[in-house]
Amino acid sequence: MQHTARERVLWSIGILVVLLYALIPVAWITSLSFKTPDEVADRKFFSGFSFDNYDVVFSDDTFIAALINSIGIAGIATLISIVLAAMAAYATSRLDFTGKALILSGALAVAMFPPISIVGSLFDMWRAIGIYDTWIGLIIPYMTFTLPLAIYTLSAFFREIPWELEQAAQVDGATPFQAFRKVIVPLAAPGVFTAAILVFIFAWNDFIFANTLTSTDNARTVPAALAFFTGASQFEQPIGAISAASVVVTIPIIIMVLIFQRRIVAGLTAGAVKG
Amino acid sequence: MEAATTSARTAPPPTKKRMTDRAKAERKLAWTLCAPAVIAMLLVTGYPIVYAFYLSLQKFDLRFPDDKEFVGLSNYADVLSSSTWWSDVLTTLIITVVSVAIELVLGMLIALVMHRAIFGRGPVRAAILIPYGIVTVVAAFAWRYAFDPTSGFVFGLPLVPDTWQPLNTKEGSLFVIIAAEVWKTTPFMALLLLAGLALVPDELHEAAKVDGASTLQRFFRITLPLMRPAILVALLFRTLDAFRIFDNIFIIQPGGALGTESVSILGYNVLINRVNLGLGSAISILIFICVILIAVLFVKGLGTSTAQQRGET
Repeated sequence: MQHTARERVLWSIGILVVLLYALIPVAWITSLSFKTPDEVADRKFFSGFSFDNYDVVFSDDTFIAALINSIGIAGIATLISIVLAAMAAYATSRLDFTGKALILSGALAVAMFPPISIVGSLFDMWRAIGIYDTWIGLIIPYMTFTLPLAIYTLSAFFREIPWELEQAAQVDGATPFQAFRKVIVPLAAPGVFTAAILVFIFAWNDFIFANTLTSTDNARTVPAALAFFTGASQFEQPIGAISAASVVVTIPIIIMVLIFQRRIVAGLTAGAVKG
Repeated sequence: MEAATTSARTAPPPTKKRMTDRAKAERKLAWTLCAPAVIAMLLVTGYPIVYAFYLSLQKFDLRFPDDKEFVGLSNYADVLSSSTWWSDVLTTLIITVVSVAIELVLGMLIALVMHRAIFGRGPVRAAILIPYGIVTVVAAFAWRYAFDPTSGFVFGLPLVPDTWQPLNTKEGSLFVIIAAEVWKTTPFMALLLLAGLALVPDELHEAAKVDGASTLQRFFRITLPLMRPAILVALLFRTLDAFRIFDNIFIIQPGGALGTESVSILGYNVLINRVNLGLGSAISILIFICVILIAVLFVKGLGTSTAQQRGET
């Protein structure tokens, strides 16, 4: 297709505007993270380049604990959620049974469920059974609230898999397990992987459960730790250190987004539109 | 009369088809596979919401746990007769309506830009996924610090008067909160709308072009009507999400100060800060009812729109 010079200029401006839109807040917090306390008040982009804030953050036990909690809790929740969702998605996309519509609309209802409506109950229940402020206390709600997203994304992907290949492989002499492992697993892997990224981002991002169901370094994840981060003075927020910590937790997300952008877009829209 | 009932009891009604063994086995397998996910969802959302309803009927303050007693609907009466609840509902609705409306327009623009991509689709897609992926708390800090009176770069910009301090007023704070919300969630809206745009057949546009329709006419007469279901789905997801707004307010105006309190922040303050589980649970249940009402309204709208489309084509 041929495009006029005017179209190219307009399109370039469009790209530039979108890039600026997406990147300015990220650039700003990155800029703050490199400033010394004196430079923080200069209101300028990239005025200094000091790693002091990163030193502060990485020598802070609370932040290190929060980072480990975040990775562990989000990772385990993702693993369990994907396993449960893959089973359910296989059933809803391949098998015909009564109650399928009920399960799918139930999952949709959970996706729309307001977390604030149950944090009080969970707070009380978790304290009663002794899992308040523990990893498992956060893994349970994360795993549950990501199930709808995972089920819808996975069933959209599973519907696209040519399952006849499994029988074809068996006709050619493969055992059922071989057919599954050599034919179906490679075909399903990209979808499973995509769902896992979306679920991980969701769990990594959560603030309301992390805030209400934890109280110490024991299970507090990064978003909650950031919100309650206090510096030397209790009344002044350490802007530089919070910014540095923010950049640290944003980097993995940006890397994932850059590498897997196509899959993330496919997963997001598959789950929402086709579902 | 009696004869009819006995005959019904002895002979099973012929309309009921007996399931084949294969279908039975399939159903059993399906339910076995779905059971863990269904049980998890029921246990972690169904049971706690019932428990919240039970708590909402009690006088139950964790500071005075021995005073726990059944008080009927009096917690609801307390919430519904308080001006705080209604002003928080209003604040939440303002944030929801304004941010979702801006997101719809911005998201549509981004979706159109991406749909008609000449080059550079990859960088644009990667760029808009960054706000989607970033932790909301981090994004909220970025916006708050941008408008911070001493360090904010916004006040270093030309044309921005130093006297304008948005974080010191209610309107200004709502502006920053809405900006942060819009920034973070427009990409999601744009991607859903982009998927909807892809479903609009190009031939219709070509035909309209031949008939002399302008670009704007084609957008409003062809693209928008055909995208109605996609738009409604995107609006439903985003409206429910915006109505639950919590993270941004918590960071940008801690505690919902200066009248920026949303219903979720109110629920949090009563449940967790004041540990008043009875009163707080009544708020929780009322928020739950609001969410159901919003969902029902949208699903009705979605039903009529798809029915209309089916009728037309």
